[in-house]
Amino acid sequence: MRLSMYSLAMALVLGVGASTVSAANVPEGVELAAQQEIVFNNQSEPATLDPQKIEGVPGSRVARQLFEGLVIQDEEGNILPGVAKSWEVNDDNTVFTFHLRDAKWSNGDPVTTSDFVYGWQRAVDPETASPYSWYIEMTTMKNAADIVKGNKPPTDLGVKAVDDHTLEVELDQPIPYFIRMLGHTTMVPAPREVVEEYGDAWTRPDHMVSNGAYRLTDWVVNERMVLKRNTSYWDNEDTVLDQVTILPVASENAELSRYKAGEIDLTGGSTPLAIEHYRQLKKDIPEQIHTTGQVGTYYYSFNNKRAPFDDVRVRKALSYAINREVVTDKITGQGEIPAYSFVPEITAGFSPEEPDWAKLSQQERVEKARELLEEAGYGPDHPLEVELLYNTSDNHKKIAIAIAAMWKQTLGVNVNLVNQEWKTYLATERAGNFDVARAGWVGDYNEASTMLDLLTTANGNNYPKYSNAEYDKLMSESKTIVDEQKRNDLYAKADAMLSRDMPVAPIYQYSTTRLVKPYVGGYPEANPEDIFYFKNMYITKH
Amino acid sequence: MLRFVFKRLLESIPTLLLLITVSFVLMHAAPGSPFSAERNIPPEIMANIEAKYGLDQPLYIQYFNYLGDLLQGDLGPSFKYKDFTVNELVAESFPVSAEIGLWAFITAVVLGVLFGTIAALRQNTWMDYGVMSLAMTGVVIPSFVLAPLLILIFAVHYRWLPAGGWQGGQWMFLILPVIAMAAHYVSSIARIMRGSMIEVMHSNFIRTARAKGLPARYIIWRHALRPALLPVISYLGPAFVGIITGSVVIETIFGLPGIGQLFVNGSLNRDYSMVLGITVLIGALTIAFNAIVDILYAYIDPKIRY
Repeated sequence: MRLSMYSLAMALVLGVGASTVSAANVPEGVELAAQQEIVFNNQSEPATLDPQKIEGVPGSRVARQLFEGLVIQDEEGNILPGVAKSWEVNDDNTVFTFHLRDAKWSNGDPVTTSDFVYGWQRAVDPETASPYSWYIEMTTMKNAADIVKGNKPPTDLGVKAVDDHTLEVELDQPIPYFIRMLGHTTMVPAPREVVEEYGDAWTRPDHMVSNGAYRLTDWVVNERMVLKRNTSYWDNEDTVLDQVTILPVASENAELSRYKAGEIDLTGGSTPLAIEHYRQLKKDIPEQIHTTGQVGTYYYSFNNKRAPFDDVRVRKALSYAINREVVTDKITGQGEIPAYSFVPEITAGFSPEEPDWAKLSQQERVEKARELLEEAGYGPDHPLEVELLYNTSDNHKKIAIAIAAMWKQTLGVNVNLVNQEWKTYLATERAGNFDVARAGWVGDYNEASTMLDLLTTANGNNYPKYSNAEYDKLMSESKTIVDEQKRNDLYAKADAMLSRDMPVAPIYQYSTTRLVKPYVGGYPEANPEDIFYFKNMYITKH
Repeated sequence: MLRFVFKRLLESIPTLLLLITVSFVLMHAAPGSPFSAERNIPPEIMANIEAKYGLDQPLYIQYFNYLGDLLQGDLGPSFKYKDFTVNELVAESFPVSAEIGLWAFITAVVLGVLFGTIAALRQNTWMDYGVMSLAMTGVVIPSFVLAPLLILIFAVHYRWLPAGGWQGGQWMFLILPVIAMAAHYVSSIARIMRGSMIEVMHSNFIRTARAKGLPARYIIWRHALRPALLPVISYLGPAFVGIITGSVVIETIFGLPGIGQLFVNGSLNRDYSMVLGITVLIGALTIAFNAIVDILYAYIDPKIRY
């Protein structure tokens, strides 16, 4: 296979032939504790541990410890070789060839390319009913879309075991960030014999066979999971932690109590701490608070198909009048960054131009908002009425109340707050029965398209129903560009378009705030997807 | 008596059927699907999932399928916890709730009856006021306040007991949840017992017993306690079912893998089979314990038998 210059360059950037591997890096002079065990609160019980069926963060976090795909990440989110030790790509970026290392399952069997073929075929097979089969479709792997629809058999998927160590993947369309997408838990191998023998129950501790640094030894639903070191793991020698206990404590107060009582070493970070607790902790144990930016945005969706929110002037006015600094300083207050564009700054390779309105002072923005709203026909004599939908959560409620007050005070807008429990909120949002709805989006991979694709006309998650042919064209074009700089230039244009049309009002960029005991070493401080592997952590003597 | 029990069992069948039907209809009428999530699932993938769980069938077919499976003791797959069946999850979690509930129940009955009796016999003394003030506090303080308070004192500050977890039911892990759960019931039972005991102690038959010169301890033990317990027992029937089928507050705060958490999460997640399965269980237990209370009543108070 001939490698073009750009594909070779990209492959090198993404790790071909990289000798670095991810492992616990215990600094010299650090004395390790005799007992290498850690307790992590996952904040929720995973719906499944079957990697091809996982759709939520809690399940992915556990699966990442149990299973390893072709690639993994370092502590900053850069791609590292996982089970694949190297890979190559053809000229038009549609055929990828991976070379597997000598890896083993926890029962000692070798991990071969056919395990990947089986796992991925399983993910798209309608029989598996995986809620994340769309992810494989997004990689544009050959025939994936047809298989999901039941038009072709799973064996037609564009992945082939050339031999036990050589895997070939064929794409329908070139996807420049394909390697990055392989880090997702859906893309890990599956042990065919075990899955076929036990069916849905193959994930039980007694049955499960895994190829990651840990294996599952105990699982009591709604209480704990225990993971023990997988001695067959290819990098077991560099793994330090022997046992990982994962709790599903959902209550933030209970989590905090158990952290203080010494029963939890790492908190979940998925739901922010109540600000009063955070402030107290910042005083008492500042060194134990770890905040990392995240590829994700908290925003308000405007119903672009419903009057008067189909008028860009109304959308802009409402967006400009939100004082984002107040939200991030006074309400959330845990390292969130005010968002003036939809794609977070932290996204890999993305450097958007700051929109003009973001350069104005808040006072100037409010002036502009008043003008826009007046132009749209709203003022003191004819105030705008807005229904603001949000799902049950203290934080969403506080933010909604604050923003409603901002709109009222600055623009005279009358806001009716509508709170619904999660599933009802989802049904309302999907039916388009809202004026403005609270929303959030966290990227599936660290690339601007994971955010920007959301607002393309055909995207099933485009609840604001934004539709702009020019935008769609830009996003479609970006998929064909391998050069990262050129691709990001297109993303910046698309992002600027969102700033112009304001289909949504970005409010803040997410961050993860986690409490970590001082004796935990190797915690990744800068992974923008909050991806961490316990195999890289260790417990110091304390 | 056997006939009475048999009759109660027969009566429970239509009650249970009605319960299942109403729950089934209400669950399916609630907005949102068991599989809706933050990320919208494309229609073709949703169709695959719905087909796997039989949700592509008309509602009445789903209903009859459910009843058919139920008759064979199969509560179906959990829509939320995809690796488990409802039978497996209920079988794992019910003993946890039942164990904590049982200890809390025993604690509540023993202490409640004792405190109520003491308060009644020492009516309008400092003991009465003391016990009743405590009882009032127990009724007023909700478990979501008491439980964190207990954790703060005994787990965070002194570190004598664990702040949460189950660990297979080790006794150290039981103490705080049992206290938090029993507190409310101790108080309620003590208040009911006190009132009832005072009333009984003013009855004619007690006055007669006193006039006959019987010792106070004998009068209380032989004559007063049994009738005084009647209102307590009618309170305990439904309370027992409530207490052993799990308190979601206690289970959430202490991280216990009980049935209460499953039930509430099941409702929030529209896990139809889970909610129906637990509803059937709780319904059956409620009917059974109401029957037991009736039988106990008849045993304690012979007048009821006639």
